[in-house]
Amino acid sequence: MSKAAEIDIVSVSKVYGMTTAVEAISLKIPAGTYCCLLGPSGCGKTSTLRMIAGHESISSGDVRLGNTVVTDLPPAKRGTAMMFQSYALFPHLDLIDNVAFSLKMKGVDKERRRAKALDMLKLMQMEAYATRRPAQLSGGQQQRVALARALITDPEALLLDEPLSALDPFLKIRMRAELKKLQTSLGITFVHVTHSQEEAMALADLIVVMNDGRIEQAAPPRDVFERPATAFVARFMGDHNVISGRVTGARDGMVVFDVNGGGSLAACGQGQEAGASIEIAIRTDHVRIGESPSPGLGFTGIVSNIEYRGATVKLSVAGAGIDDFTVIVDDSDFFAKPVAIGDAVPLAWDSEDAIVLGRLHS
Amino acid sequence: MTVALERPAIAAAAPSKRGRLSLSAVTPYLQSAPLALILGAFLLLPIIMIVVVSFWDYDFAAMYPDFLTTNYSDVLGSWVTWKTYLNTIKFAAIVWALTLFIGFWVAYFLAFHIRTTAMQMVLFLVCTVPFLTSNIIRMISWIPVLGRNGLINSTLVHMGLVPKPIEWLLYSEFAVVLAMVHLYTLFMVTPIFNTLMRIDRSLFEAARDAGASGWQVLWNVVIPLAKPGMAIGTIFVVTLVMADFSTVQVMSGGQSASVALMMKNQMSLLQYPAAAANAVVLLVLVLLMVAGILRIVDIRREL
Repeated sequence: MSKAAEIDIVSVSKVYGMTTAVEAISLKIPAGTYCCLLGPSGCGKTSTLRMIAGHESISSGDVRLGNTVVTDLPPAKRGTAMMFQSYALFPHLDLIDNVAFSLKMKGVDKERRRAKALDMLKLMQMEAYATRRPAQLSGGQQQRVALARALITDPEALLLDEPLSALDPFLKIRMRAELKKLQTSLGITFVHVTHSQEEAMALADLIVVMNDGRIEQAAPPRDVFERPATAFVARFMGDHNVISGRVTGARDGMVVFDVNGGGSLAACGQGQEAGASIEIAIRTDHVRIGESPSPGLGFTGIVSNIEYRGATVKLSVAGAGIDDFTVIVDDSDFFAKPVAIGDAVPLAWDSEDAIVLGRLHS
Repeated sequence: MTVALERPAIAAAAPSKRGRLSLSAVTPYLQSAPLALILGAFLLLPIIMIVVVSFWDYDFAAMYPDFLTTNYSDVLGSWVTWKTYLNTIKFAAIVWALTLFIGFWVAYFLAFHIRTTAMQMVLFLVCTVPFLTSNIIRMISWIPVLGRNGLINSTLVHMGLVPKPIEWLLYSEFAVVLAMVHLYTLFMVTPIFNTLMRIDRSLFEAARDAGASGWQVLWNVVIPLAKPGMAIGTIFVVTLVMADFSTVQVMSGGQSASVALMMKNQMSLLQYPAAAANAVVLLVLVLLMVAGILRIVDIRREL
């Protein structure tokens, strides 16, 4: 069953009339990887998935699965299987016939295809419902049947289009764990489209952050979170403060820049020309309250809001030309030295926490 | 303590609850009364009268209240009636098959090949334009087309394709079927279009993903899911054809018969009880057909 295939996307574009949904993206998904395409709605992630699946024609570029170029092959000949957002189970067929559908299309005789479908339902622990219709199932059960139907073709890659979006939050987390377990046991490549960064971080071996039809960053979850490549990634993943400014010079291997209409900050990074615009990201939970030992790695601002969140406290601070700077402090640290709204507090962070963000070359 | 506290509350609630109960008991009957009255007066009562009259005696001038079964034995015992019934069922079967075929493909085209909803509505309204005139006019307008010196015959003769006008175009069973298909296809298009529009488009992609070819998608997904619409259209068409007399009379030129036409003739001879017996038999037959259709296809999903 496990014969995972590498998916290689080579400068693939999708153009609808005048609008470009996907702009010459290139991506290599290693065999057996759980890959999440992450981005806001309209970023081209679903179009990308549908082009891999063959449900959308490819305007230019190529898609390779394993050793075959599948660009012009019909969906069923690609070795991929797709699970649709609303599961797209056939309402007029019972679960066995739903799962056996692709075998029926191939002309497998009734006895054999029903037996194999029942095996597949057993794998998903749905055999007790085998003679029911999809409408008689809950969302989570429907998802299992959809998985069984997709997997019966022995795909090399499973493509999932927002598989968890139709489930309630509790079920979402449970099915998430099941998906991960399934992927590990099958060992095949999963490509999962989602707009939830939490889902992507929980599941993926490889997160591909997309925006405006382009890939902003493709990296393991930890890299994406700790070293966001662009301002978009930092903002989309959350828990980062993004500060923009203009470079004024360099000092001790750090870039020094002025925040527009405010103070001067420094960040680790390659020397850039003075006058160039720059964006940096600072993890909200890596900021501490206190004077900065070195200049440029902190500022003093006025607390504009305080939110208690249990284990942490969220402070919103404004100052040095930065309107909304978020600081997450440990509850024990906060209550040891509490601050109030309107207080001026000094903030500081370490040099390795200020990350210079790149830009996509257009 | 709690019991003592609760008791007066219950006592106070009881009378008002009883008052509300009596009102709420009547409400559903009041709400259903208008429809019950209309159906009773205009559907149930006439049917009861027909059933009653079907047992009466009659002669050339009057009807006599009685309880005779001779009307039924006349209907069921005569070879002519059987032939007429068979003929009517034959028309129903042919017209049903043709309207189903044409109706399905028209609906399919409208639902899947017209991309914008606005265009779908426009084309659908175009389909209904003939309904702005009466049945009779639409039927009669076939005569100048199909007649001996009509459009088709004169064209064919002019082109030299046939030496003399084709006789069977008009005043034949062909003409009856043609006119009926023309009159009733829309009754098939509408419900099928409705069911096709409700099919989730991602089902087709799921089928394609499973390796289904275009015809396999049609046979395994579209047609099964369109069945309720087909059943509703079938009920419309079958009941309309079974009850038709004007089309048969006009288009066959009196050479073909249908049950309804037979009843019309009986009524014009003042044989009302015989016509009533005929009507009861026809009603039972049509109801059996509808029951059969409903047994095969579950249309509750559509209602």
